[in-house]
Amino acid sequence: MEVKEGISMPDVRLVNVTKKFGKIVAVDNVSLHIKDKEYFSILGPSGCGKTTLLRLIAGLIEPDEGEIYIGDRRVNNVPPEDRDVGFVFQTFALFPHMNAWENVTYGPRVKGFGMQKAERIGHEVLEMVRLHERLDAFPSELSGGMMQRVAVARALAAGAKLLLLDEPLGHLDAKVRNELRYEVRRMTKDLELTAIHVTHDQSEAMAISDRIAVMKKGKVLQVGTPQELYMNPQSIFVANFIGGSNFLEGFIAETKGRMSVIELRGGLKVQAVNKGMGKGERVVLAVRPETFTIKRGKDADENALFGVVERFAFEGTNVRYEVRLENQDLVVVVAPSMACEWFNIGERVTLSFQPENAHLFAYPELGLREELAVE
Amino acid sequence: MPKKFVEKLDRLSSRPMVKYGVYLVAVILFFALILVPPILGIVIKWSSMQEIFGNSQLMNRALDAVKNSFVMAVLVSILDVAAGIPMAWLIARSRSKWANILDTLADVPFIVPTAVLGYSLLLFWYRPEGISAFFGGSLVSPGWFLVALLHFTFSYPVVVRVIVGALLDYKIEYEQAARTLGAPPFTTARTVTFGIIKPSLIAAFILAFARSISETGATMMVAGAFENGPIFIQNTKDVYVGATVFVSLILIVVSCLIFAAVRVLGGKLKLPFKKAWPTVERKISYSSAAMTRNGITLLTFFIIILIPSLFAALPAFKAASTDILHNALLGVYPWGEYWQSLVLSYSLGAAVTVLNVLIGLPMAIIVARKRLGKTSSALNVLVDIPIIVPSVALGVSLRFFWKETLAFIPDILLLVFAHLAITYPYFVRSMSAAVERISIELEEASRTLGAKPFCVFRTVIFPLTKYSMFSGAIMVFTRSVSETGATMAVTSLKTTPVVLVDWVKGKIAATSLEIGLGCGFLILISFIILLALRLIVGGKGRY
Repeated sequence: MEVKEGISMPDVRLVNVTKKFGKIVAVDNVSLHIKDKEYFSILGPSGCGKTTLLRLIAGLIEPDEGEIYIGDRRVNNVPPEDRDVGFVFQTFALFPHMNAWENVTYGPRVKGFGMQKAERIGHEVLEMVRLHERLDAFPSELSGGMMQRVAVARALAAGAKLLLLDEPLGHLDAKVRNELRYEVRRMTKDLELTAIHVTHDQSEAMAISDRIAVMKKGKVLQVGTPQELYMNPQSIFVANFIGGSNFLEGFIAETKGRMSVIELRGGLKVQAVNKGMGKGERVVLAVRPETFTIKRGKDADENALFGVVERFAFEGTNVRYEVRLENQDLVVVVAPSMACEWFNIGERVTLSFQPENAHLFAYPELGLREELAVE
Repeated sequence: MPKKFVEKLDRLSSRPMVKYGVYLVAVILFFALILVPPILGIVIKWSSMQEIFGNSQLMNRALDAVKNSFVMAVLVSILDVAAGIPMAWLIARSRSKWANILDTLADVPFIVPTAVLGYSLLLFWYRPEGISAFFGGSLVSPGWFLVALLHFTFSYPVVVRVIVGALLDYKIEYEQAARTLGAPPFTTARTVTFGIIKPSLIAAFILAFARSISETGATMMVAGAFENGPIFIQNTKDVYVGATVFVSLILIVVSCLIFAAVRVLGGKLKLPFKKAWPTVERKISYSSAAMTRNGITLLTFFIIILIPSLFAALPAFKAASTDILHNALLGVYPWGEYWQSLVLSYSLGAAVTVLNVLIGLPMAIIVARKRLGKTSSALNVLVDIPIIVPSVALGVSLRFFWKETLAFIPDILLLVFAHLAITYPYFVRSMSAAVERISIELEEASRTLGAKPFCVFRTVIFPLTKYSMFSGAIMVFTRSVSETGATMAVTSLKTTPVVLVDWVKGKIAATSLEIGLGCGFLILISFIILLALRLIVGGKGRY
C-alpha cells in the first residue's frame, strides 16, 4: 500500500516541555515517551493543556522550554510542514473551497509527489475510508461522520509518519462516534502508524488506546494502559476521572500487615490495602460504584456499610442507586440490570466491597474538592 | 426615550400591519428615492442623445473618455488588490505591536477627504514643494499617471480594510491544517487562504473599481488634459446635454455589466491551487523572502500612499504661521464661501447619515433576515447598484429627473437625495452583514422569553450590531463629506470639496498656502469627528 511506503515508524519524546500563555502555564514540565506504532491517548478535562501538548508536537506552537523529538530528530523550531505529521482537527478543518478529492490529495500535491502518485494515494485512502463514491462532494455536502473520515484520509494521504488527532470525534453524534473510534484505531493499526489522540472522553480513550496519559492543569498525572489506570490509579483525580469513584473520608484506625482499618466519618469501619500510611493519618478511600455488592436489609458482611436507597435510575445495561449511609455520606452504586434484584427508594440496604478493590490515598493538602475539580 | 413610549412601540411592533408597514415604507423609499430616479432621469433625456450621434468628433471624445475610465478602473483595482494583500497580511497576521499602528495608519487616506487627497498628491508629485524638488523638475505631471496614482491611493485603504476583515474572520485552522499536510506558508496562503477569502478579494476589487469609476473632484485636480468619463460629464454637462446623457448611460450600463460579470464569474474563477511548486515556494516562504516582501510593502505604503496623502498638511502648517490663518478666521475673501461650504458639507453629511439610519436599517433587516422571502434576495442585489453606478452619472440623471418632474424641489433637497442615493448601499451593506452574523436563535430565544419584535431589536440586535451601525454611519458621513462629482452635477450649491476644486483649478483666486490651509481645516475637522466617533464606539469600530 502506497501510503505505508517509505515510512519509518517514529516514536515521540517530550523532555521537560513547558508552554506558557502569559501567566497561564498550559503545559508544565511534561516528559512523555510515545512508542512506535502505539495508539496513545492524552486524556483530561477541558483546559488541562492536552490540545496545547498536541499542537506542540505538530509544531503549530513552539515550547518555551524543553525538547521534542520525533524519531531521532529534535523538532524544536522545525515548521509543521517539515515534521511529517498528520493532524486531524476537532472541527476537521476541511478546506471548504475544495471537494473531498482535492482535500485528500492536497498533501501529496503540495509535497510535490507528482500527479500520478498523488492520485494513486488519493484513491487508496478514499477506498480505505469507504468514501470513493463521494469524492466530488464539498465539505458542506458531507455528514459529520463523512467529514471526519475525509479528514483522517487527508492526514493519511500526506504520508504522515505520525497521526495527531485533536478530539476527532467530539463533533459527532454518540452513535457515529462509537463506530468511528474503532475505525480510526483499525486504520492506524493497519498502516502501522503511531497515533496520538486527544480526548476528554474517558470511555473513548479506554476503548481504543494502547496507553493513556491523564493530564490536569498542564501536568501529566499518570501514564499507563487503560487497565492499569482503572485498576491502579495513582491519584484521587485519576481514580475519579477514569471510571468514577465514591470518595469516603476517614483516618487509619489500625494497621494489620498489608491491611488497614479505616474509620470513616460517624465511626463506620472498613478495611483496605494500605499504601504506606501510618496510624492516625487522614485518608480518602476510593470505591468504584460497580465494586459494591448491594443486598437487601442489614447484613453483617465483612466490609459492610448500611444505608437507605435515596435515588434510583435505570440506565439500560445498569441500574444506578444513590445510597445514604448511616454517617450521612452519599454513595453511588451501579449494578447490572439483568443480573440482580432491584431495590426501591427508601429501602434499607447493605453495601460491601473487597478491600483489594478499593484505593486508599493520603488526604490531599488542598482538600478533596480541589483535588477533584476538573476546571 | 420615555419608558411608556418604548413600551407602546414594543406592543405596536408585534402587529403584522405595523411590522410589514415599516418594511414596505423602507422598500418604497428605496425605489422612490434611490433606484428609480437615476434610471428615469436618463429615460427622460433619451431623445437628447441624438446630438452626439451626428457629431463624430464629440462621439470619439466621449468614447475615449469612457474607455479611459474603464481601463483606469480595472488597472488600478488589480494593482490595489495586489498591493493590499501583503499589507493586509502584515496587519492581520503580525503579532507585533507595530501592526496596530500600521492598522491605524492604513486608514489615513480614508479620513482625508478625496478632494484634499487630490491636492495633496498634486503637491507631492508635481509641484516644486514636493518630491519633485529632488529631481530638478516635475516628477509626475498632471495626466493619466497622476490620476492612476490618485485612484490607487484612495482605494488602497478600502481594499486593505476589506482583506484585513476577511483574514481576521477566517478560521486559522485551515492554514494550520495545510501546514501539517506539508504546505509551506506561501503555498498555504496561495492555495488555501486566498481560495477561502476569494469573495472578499472580489468585493475589494469591486469597491476599488466602483470608486475609481465614480471619483470626480480630486481627479479633476490632477487630470491635466486627460479626460475620463466623469471629467467629460463635468466638461460637457452645460454645453452638450445629449453627450452627458450618452456617457452617463454607458458608464452605468457597462459598470452594471462588469459588476454582474464579476459576481457571476468570480464565483467560478478558480485560483491556481491545483498545482504546487514545492521547491520554489519553499524558498519564497521563509524569513529572507518574507522580510523582502514586507519591506517592499511598507515602502510602497509610506512612499506611494501615506506621505503623499498627508502632504497637503505641510502648507497648512506654513499658512498657520502667516496672516492667512487670521484672514481665514475673519472670513476675508475667499474664506467666507469656504466656511459656508464647510457648514453645508457637515450638515449635509449629518442629515444624510440620519436618513440612512432611518430608511436603511429596516432594509438591512429585510435583506439579512430574508423578511420578504424571494423579494429579499432581489433587494439584496439591487441595493448594491448605487455603489456601482458612477456618482457623477448618478448626479446627472438625478438632476434631470428631479428638475424635470418636480422643478420646485429646492437645490438643498436635491443634494440630500443625491448623497442619500450614493451612500445608501454603504450603510445597508454594513448593517446587513452585521445582522447576518447574529444567530437567528438569539432572536428566537428573545421572542420565546416574551420580547416583542421592537424589544428584540432594542435588547438583542442593536447591542450586538451597534459597532457596525457606527461603522456604517462613519462610512456614510465620510463618503458624503468627500463627494464631489454628483454634488457638482446635481446643483450649483458648493460643498467644501467643490470649493477646493474651484480654488485648485483657478476658478477662484486662491494662493497655494490658502488651498493648503483649506485642506488642513477639512482634514482636521474630519479627523476630530472620526476620532470622537471612534472613542464613542470604544475603539472597536471599523469604518
